[in-house]
Amino acid sequence: MAGSIPASPTVSAAAPRRASASPWAEAWRRFKRHRLALAGTALLALMALAVLLGPWLWTVPINEIDFSAKLQGPSLKHPLGTDDLGQDLLARMLYGGRISLAVGLASMLIAILVGVVIGAVAGISRGSVDAALMWLTDLFLSLPQLPLLLLIIYLFRDVLKNWVGPEAGIFILIVAVIGAFRWMPAARLVRAQFLSLREKEFVEAARALGASPSRQVVRHILPNALGPVIVAATIDVAAAIIFESTLSFLGLGFPPDIPSWGRLLYDAKDYLDVAPHWALIPGSAIFFTVLSISYMGDGLRDALDPRKVL
Amino acid sequence: MWQYLLRRLAIAVPSIIGISVVLFTILALAPGDPFEELAANPNVPPEIRANLRAQFGLDDPIATRYLRWFGSMLVGDWGYSFASRVDVDTLILQRLPVTLVVIGASQVLALLVALPVGVYAATRPYSIFDQIASTIAFAGYALPTFFTGLLLILVFSIHLDWLPFVYRADLPGSGWPWIWAHVKQSIMPVAVLGLFQGAAWTRYVRSSVLDVIRLDYVTTARSKGLAERVVIVKHVVRNALIPVVTLVAIQMPAVFGGAIVTEQIFRVPGIGSLLISAILANDTPVIMAVTFVLSILVILCNLLADILYGWLDPRIAYR
Repeated sequence: MAGSIPASPTVSAAAPRRASASPWAEAWRRFKRHRLALAGTALLALMALAVLLGPWLWTVPINEIDFSAKLQGPSLKHPLGTDDLGQDLLARMLYGGRISLAVGLASMLIAILVGVVIGAVAGISRGSVDAALMWLTDLFLSLPQLPLLLLIIYLFRDVLKNWVGPEAGIFILIVAVIGAFRWMPAARLVRAQFLSLREKEFVEAARALGASPSRQVVRHILPNALGPVIVAATIDVAAAIIFESTLSFLGLGFPPDIPSWGRLLYDAKDYLDVAPHWALIPGSAIFFTVLSISYMGDGLRDALDPRKVL
Repeated sequence: MWQYLLRRLAIAVPSIIGISVVLFTILALAPGDPFEELAANPNVPPEIRANLRAQFGLDDPIATRYLRWFGSMLVGDWGYSFASRVDVDTLILQRLPVTLVVIGASQVLALLVALPVGVYAATRPYSIFDQIASTIAFAGYALPTFFTGLLLILVFSIHLDWLPFVYRADLPGSGWPWIWAHVKQSIMPVAVLGLFQGAAWTRYVRSSVLDVIRLDYVTTARSKGLAERVVIVKHVVRNALIPVVTLVAIQMPAVFGGAIVTEQIFRVPGIGSLLISAILANDTPVIMAVTFVLSILVILCNLLADILYGWLDPRIAYR
């Protein structure tokens, strides 16, 4: 671990500029070297910007039906073509992108929150609590996730729909369920980090100074365990986007009037022969989003691992 | 070895119980009543409904209901399908072989792709081959199965017209043409599932072989004068496969998820498409049974992974 102590006088004498850099600046320097990660981040930022600002710039409504223009390929009037009801695909793609990214981020937040809490509790407590939590983690890892997701959505969607409305209801349901089935990797990671970190000298020093267990965790252990968690979080966003698209593709996600990317693919699959653009556009959008996030995660993994020499 | 297997089986039992508890909790928490349709029907008087409820034990305490439900799940008494009026177990037994064949074939395909490509890429790290393979693997992992399925249909069924895009279990005919027709219609589902898995496995195999190949015992094997081939196949790959087996076992639930999607795209009559049609038809007994069967299959796969461990690394079995 000697390499992770940058503040030694010889190093700062040899490279004064680097010694003053904060860990985050250091990480950014390493991240920048990963060109694909940089490209992925840029593409992702572009997409996020497009779906956030796009609906203001491209003001065609998502549900304007025009049978005279149905199943058209890309043209000036409809840059991404139209679907079987003549609805503009660009507007629907922008709207769907909002949903996909929002589902991805919200599910990730839930999964990481649950994972960090469970992993931290398991990692700091020994004996039966740790064993029980890890058994629970392993149990959840061996659950068949997609069938269970489908089952839960089948059983609960009507209640939530009546309760908070169709759009918010299905959103809450999907986000909660994906979050509830994706926390295990984060929990394992955090626990593994805790097991090694809690024996480190600086934590022992904090303990000797009388820091309570919760202070040890929050002030000393958790900040040092965050690197892998951030990487896991990026991967979770991608996984959640795929999960949501899968559900919508199976016809069990968002209702037809809310065009998420998976839903667009589901609607498009019966028109592959006459309107391939309709399926290719949302499909590529999912592909490029997930690919960008994966490359970003890869770059973050390199950037946030202080032992890594690049 | 037998003792080890028994121990692993003993660990599998609590997981089955745990999964059954999760399933039953979801079902018990769910709103709605299996006799809702009867309640809405004015021709069914309330006392008959109450009798039916008592007959099916719906008013018993939850622990009793769970034990009875789990007991009948275990002995295969899964009730009958609301939609088709057929016993659920015959329905599942009809569909299961197709699913197992498609999943099995795709796993073999994934192995045939991932093992050679991953090992070859790792023996020549950062070569052109490695970079191309890694990029394709990365991209393949980001391509969801439902999109690759549609892409394959677009290319091979619509543009080239080589392969049928609807899977038929009841193909007429016999002999070689019949077998060939079956192979032809299985190519795309198996490829979609297998290549997705293969992409993930290639990355695992590569990084795992890279970890092992620098170890001292590999240098020793080389300095003994063993052929490079023997070093790689007998010394490196066997040890590198141990972490790969772990990762593959963890991925099994995702494989079954992918199978559901693939069956849905190509209309393969397996239990995945049975699940989807049951959900769309509100056919609760079938949904529960399919979910339960898929859970058991995942646990069986984990058990299989444990057996593989014992074979790959005998130390694990005797510990």
